[in-house]
Amino acid sequence: MSSTATAAHEVAVAVSGIGKSFPGVVANRDITFEIERGTIHALVGENGAGKSTLMKILYGVQRPDEGTIEINGETVSLHSPSDAIARGVGMVFQHFQLADNFTVLENVVLGAEKLHGIGDAARSEVLRISEEYGFGLDPDELVEELGVGERQRVEILKVLYRGAKIIILDEPTAVLVPQEVDALFANLRGLKAEGHTLIFISHKLDEVRAIADDITVIRRGTTVASVKPADVSSRDLAELMVGSELPSPSTEESTVTDRVKLTLDGITVRDRSGRAVLSDIGFQIHAGEILGIAGVEGNGQTELVDTVVGLLRPAEGSIRLGEEDITGWSTKKRRAAGIGVIPEDRHRHGLLLDAPLWENRILGHQTRPPSVKGPWIDRSGARQDTDRIVSTYDVRTPSIDTTARALSGGNQQKFIVGREMSGEPVLLIGAHPTRGVDVGAQAAIWDHMRAARREGLAVLLISADLDELIGLSDTIRVLLRGKIVGSFDPQTVTPQELGSAMTGAGGAA
Amino acid sequence: MSETAPTMAQRPAPTGGDQTPPRVRIAWIGVGVFVLLAGVRELTGSNDMLSTGSLRAALIAAIPIALAGLGGLWSERAGVVNIGLEGMMIMGTLGAGYFGYHGGVLAGIGGAVLFGALFGLLHAIVTVYVGVDHIVSGVAINIIAAGLAAFLAKVFFSGLPGGGPTQSPGLPHPGTLPLDFIADPAKTLEDKEWFLVSDVAGVVGAVTERISWLTVFALLLVAFTSWFLWHTAFGLRLRSVGESPSAAESLGVNVYLFKVVAVTVSGGLAGLGGAYLAMVASSGYQNGQTLGLGYIGLAAMIFGNWRPSGLLVAALLFGYTQSINLRGGSDSLHSLLLAIAIILVGLAAWNLRSKALKQAALFAAGGGLFLLWWATTESVSSKFTGMAPYVTTLLVLAFASQRLRMPAADGQVYRKGSAG
Amino acid sequence: MKRLDRLVTMLAAPVLALLMAGLISSVLLWVTGYSVGDFWSILLTWPQPRQLTNILNYGAILYLSGVAAAIGFKMNLFNIGVESQYRMGVFAAAAFAGTGWLSGWLNTVVAIVIAMLAGAGWAAIAALLRVFRGVSEVISTIMLNAIAGLLVGYFLRQIGVQSGNSTATKTIPESSWVGGITIFSDAGNQLLGLSLLAVVVGVAYWLVLGKTRFGFNLRATGMSETAAVASGVDVKKMIIVAMLLSGAVAGLIGMPTLFGDAHNYGSSFQTGIGFAGIAVALLGRNNPIGILFGALIFSYLHEQANNLNILAGISPEIVQVTQGVTVIAVVVAYELVRRIKVAREQAAVAVSLQADADVDEEVAA
Repeated sequence: MSSTATAAHEVAVAVSGIGKSFPGVVANRDITFEIERGTIHALVGENGAGKSTLMKILYGVQRPDEGTIEINGETVSLHSPSDAIARGVGMVFQHFQLADNFTVLENVVLGAEKLHGIGDAARSEVLRISEEYGFGLDPDELVEELGVGERQRVEILKVLYRGAKIIILDEPTAVLVPQEVDALFANLRGLKAEGHTLIFISHKLDEVRAIADDITVIRRGTTVASVKPADVSSRDLAELMVGSELPSPSTEESTVTDRVKLTLDGITVRDRSGRAVLSDIGFQIHAGEILGIAGVEGNGQTELVDTVVGLLRPAEGSIRLGEEDITGWSTKKRRAAGIGVIPEDRHRHGLLLDAPLWENRILGHQTRPPSVKGPWIDRSGARQDTDRIVSTYDVRTPSIDTTARALSGGNQQKFIVGREMSGEPVLLIGAHPTRGVDVGAQAAIWDHMRAARREGLAVLLISADLDELIGLSDTIRVLLRGKIVGSFDPQTVTPQELGSAMTGAGGAA
Repeated sequence: MSETAPTMAQRPAPTGGDQTPPRVRIAWIGVGVFVLLAGVRELTGSNDMLSTGSLRAALIAAIPIALAGLGGLWSERAGVVNIGLEGMMIMGTLGAGYFGYHGGVLAGIGGAVLFGALFGLLHAIVTVYVGVDHIVSGVAINIIAAGLAAFLAKVFFSGLPGGGPTQSPGLPHPGTLPLDFIADPAKTLEDKEWFLVSDVAGVVGAVTERISWLTVFALLLVAFTSWFLWHTAFGLRLRSVGESPSAAESLGVNVYLFKVVAVTVSGGLAGLGGAYLAMVASSGYQNGQTLGLGYIGLAAMIFGNWRPSGLLVAALLFGYTQSINLRGGSDSLHSLLLAIAIILVGLAAWNLRSKALKQAALFAAGGGLFLLWWATTESVSSKFTGMAPYVTTLLVLAFASQRLRMPAADGQVYRKGSAG
Repeated sequence: MKRLDRLVTMLAAPVLALLMAGLISSVLLWVTGYSVGDFWSILLTWPQPRQLTNILNYGAILYLSGVAAAIGFKMNLFNIGVESQYRMGVFAAAAFAGTGWLSGWLNTVVAIVIAMLAGAGWAAIAALLRVFRGVSEVISTIMLNAIAGLLVGYFLRQIGVQSGNSTATKTIPESSWVGGITIFSDAGNQLLGLSLLAVVVGVAYWLVLGKTRFGFNLRATGMSETAAVASGVDVKKMIIVAMLLSGAVAGLIGMPTLFGDAHNYGSSFQTGIGFAGIAVALLGRNNPIGILFGALIFSYLHEQANNLNILAGISPEIVQVTQGVTVIAVVVAYELVRRIKVAREQAAVAVSLQADADVDEEVAA
């Protein structure tokens, strides 16, 4: 930094007119923005807006179809991550790119063996960086022994080891607990102070406003605005992200009845090491009621869903569906008894990606008409009902013989919702039902959940989107480290109150 | 801020909980087992158990297994499962036969490596670039290799003096190392039949008497692999594409290239194993010569926990059971039952000490069975020793799999551009 | 039109693969100095009635083997052990039927059931290891193949009857033999009666896999184990059942020959059928009709190989090369066709979405 006066206006990265298509999807079009050196620049956009594709382009994992990238004023063509690394660009991926069975040292030096070899010189360099930024990492420890926060520090160390001056962080806070987020932000500010340029990708607007110097908003694959955090509110940002008035979910008058449909009583679930991932969970959901579960991800939500569905066995406690004790039931029996599930990860748990839609209609409904007749598959019944779902739930597909893989995320999700609502379910579990879907599909899915509630289903809604929870739920419980730490009335609660309960900062109501 | 660096560098590297390096532990276990075998020999009088002759035969039987296993190691460390080792080994025997007959020892070895490597390359292209399932490709390669070798053998060797449609003429042997000055006194000592002393002499005799330089070369390759894969940048990259190809690609490692190189080398090593079969273990190419040794190599690699030292131990063990079989040593085999019984009882005691009651009971029961078998029979069918490598591997997989650690992305098809 | 399109994409891969295999074999023959013309003219000569019968007989065996492998493939289980399950099955059946404890057809039926049980039992070891100890079925079945060969050899020595320099089980009483069916009056040989087992197995496979809940669950597990579990499928149970079924079908492979031709099990019983079955299943994409074509093509090549040797002096092993190359070419071709299909489908979805969007915009305007 020869001159601080000019440093403020030096452009580290300039992107103009970037476009990228995959078969059937335009991921990026005409993306244009600039990043000043020595700043933290946030890229925000909802899931599926094209942020990750853009980052992979900047890091050379994928190549753009059109447009130019300038790094430090020089037009570059990035064919592989090595090209990006050579230009001083580093990336911290959302899904950590670490070999578990390698040591910290091996993970760090991989691909950069020329710098300090792979032996003692490299080890002391790793220790030096770790010490300098207070990472507290042991070079010879296996990565599989490390916790999430430590793994992220290994990722950052990898980037620093290569001397990167421009660091891309893809959703770095998604997997962190609040204290870890604070520590990360402290690290990021330290890096900025040393002249690094940071690109921070997120859809958590409060965090973005807390850390970023500049914000670029991406919507539907293109850049729509560049703003300063001081000039906008989170609400403004959100509306920029979705492009119109934010569709806000809102419940109509209460349809809650006094018929209890699901009862959890003293549920405790332990993982293999014997640690309780859920402790003493108890609640009831009535017919016509939506119970929302709030919480930072990784606080037991996945385990809660798996326990109700029967994929995990509780160590203690009981589950009742209506009057029936289903604690010992198999998943098959529970599904047959009318539990519908919109899973968190629809590709892994909700669909047979390579099977046609009509076969996907049968999945999870193997014991019930119209997909089966006794031990036989009812092909025509399943096909007819798939046609019904496709038209009722507005699933955009050329035909019901199209494989599930070919559909967009939103249409896959609408199909799953339609499927899980069929066969007269008693209980519907929605785990992040609108994650990764476009705004149109989001509004439609919310409508369907409200309709389910009106029809007298009990609904268990798990979401990281507080607006969604507040807008849809009849009552909200907060899950923190596997325990229910609060119960709120969505009519009166604010996102701020929920937020502090989720992080354990505030008292529960 | 760099002031802290020197002090950091001086800090001793932190060490894990287990202080004994695995290699040292394996060595000690080896010594223990050897003493036990010597004791059993003394007790039962089956002197052929540890004679120079049987150990030498064991070593010769072990080398092709070790080379195939080493081939498997290279491939699987890079994340490509290679059950085509058998086929690559078959191609190796053919290459040794053709080039060895026409061009001598070195040409034979080179030809074997070349033929094996070509099939390794085929496996690599099909699995890595096209993304076909590794097992499917391996099965196909084994079918092609068996057919091609039989077809070409007829073309190559029919009508040659001493050759025929299914076998090559006699091939030249790689030379032996001049170590008779050690082998001869060892032989004298061995004949004394002194407990332990004669047994050690037997081992010394086995590794010195007319030992082929190809044997020594193969052993060196095991050591070389151990150094190369774990102590060089190339090795680090090669292992990284087997552990986490997407992490490797995100750091600029050319995943496809490393996989292809690894699988090609794998084929070359299996081919070298074939050369050993054709030129050292016997005196020419024959149809069906490999007899599933490629699969035993695979088993040795798994048994050895995807590590060079482990697979060498496994190969020696398997080679020993194979060779004792060939020597028709039903007497030795029978004594071996007692040795196994004692080892199992020992393991039971060990587990009892560390309070693993279930395992202890399991080992004790096994030990009891072997003891019963030993006490109630006079000899053992050679079929059972033939099975030993496979049964052992299955048992290890079934009961010690938590100690095994295969590369995390082994057998998975990776597509370029999936990083992140 | 659409149906035609689908047929073309379905057949493209196997046809390409066969052409590729033919080409490579031709080059190989040309390089080694054989007559490529002779090769093709013999290969493409319509077989004699006697040969046709042989093709059907061997085809039936290959078909059984192919279905056995396909059952596993359908749920991502690699049963490399078809070979040893077949061996255990035919040995057990031969040993039992040879004792003559039961007589006539009862002996035959019980022996067939024993063959299926033995095959399934041998497969069960791999299934249990996979389910309870997490051992890959690929490795365990490879090991079990080797063990079975030695085990059968051991038992054969224990109970076998020496004749000349080969050992075999006791010959099955004539009353339990299964007669042949004459297809061509001038052939001089017959279709082995139990070859019809292939038809029965084929129909059952088609029905169970394609039309039943069980079949759906099995296929779902193969496509996505996680999704299957979430939908309520007990994957452990499915693995065991699929492996047992695969082993039971493998146990049937030796039946036509045992009861129709050999009448005892000896060391000369045909080997390698299990691996050929894997190849046939791959060629036929695990589809009941596809496997049929695969089995007949392989059987045809197998039969014509003899003529290559007799009429043109071409060594018959060339056919094994052709078969192996076919397998590798067909899996490569299927993979390429699959990628093209996915891209085309995604493009089709994009087109229909675009059309919808245009309509939306018009409505909005």
